[in-house]
Amino acid sequence: MSEVLNKPEVQKIYIDARGPRFSASLTTIVLATALVTQNKWILVAQGLVFLIGATRGPQFTPYGLIFKNIIKPRLNKVAPTEDVRPPKFAQAVGFGFALVGTIGAFAGADIVFTVAAGFALAAAFLNAAFNYCLGCEMYLLITRFTSK
Amino acid sequence: MKTYLPLVIVLALASAYGFWWKRKQGAIRSNKAIPGHRLTEAVLGEALGSRATMVQFSSAFCTPCRATHALLSQMVIPMNDVKHIHIDAESHLELVRELDIRSTPTTLFINKDGIEVGRAAGTPKREQVLAALAAIH
Repeated sequence: MSEVLNKPEVQKIYIDARGPRFSASLTTIVLATALVTQNKWILVAQGLVFLIGATRGPQFTPYGLIFKNIIKPRLNKVAPTEDVRPPKFAQAVGFGFALVGTIGAFAGADIVFTVAAGFALAAAFLNAAFNYCLGCEMYLLITRFTSK
Repeated sequence: MKTYLPLVIVLALASAYGFWWKRKQGAIRSNKAIPGHRLTEAVLGEALGSRATMVQFSSAFCTPCRATHALLSQMVIPMNDVKHIHIDAESHLELVRELDIRSTPTTLFINKDGIEVGRAAGTPKREQVLAALAAIH
């Protein structure tokens, strides 16, 4: 994955740093609703949002578009920027949880749904409330265990 | 069927972890240092500072790495005995394992002999860096 993301054309992409945090807030609300109502279709929809964020980039998800068209014009014009790769990584992790939770739900394993949706919610909430950087904490650990 | 219990558990645990994480971000801690390794010019690929060196490990999926790099590289400009060395963690995995670097950015504070005296995970504050450097002789 990192080879792809280390390409110069990807490295050059910087986005408004407030966008991913706004998206994380919406994600928190959506996943909290999925958890409370135990509705698997909400998790499916959120999984699709994560998939767009992980492949095309967080600025192209529906949440990213809401930020760009409705929120951003009302904010300070001077925007802090960030590399697109860390939020993209977080979206990929979110997609993993959503996928596991969805498979669990359709297989009738409610506990798998609840635990996976719970982890995805925890990550989104940490990002929204604490500006938590999932890639900072997870990526190197994963790499340490998976490569020689 | 509505159930609020999982939501409450997740938010409580995540909040507890979040406050703990936030508090340790950027703190320069001597008890986390791994002594017994000598980080020499041969290991790091760059000459050490004559008094102290800050060795920053970064990765691609890390937003605060950029801010940390900007802060530290700018801070050492007027210091003639302190250096800032930047290392891509992913391409130095052996060193990362040896030094038990778990997250990025992690900055090691080493003395003139290449012995680690403290480390900070996350972006440290300017005053914290100055205090840590002042303690290295």
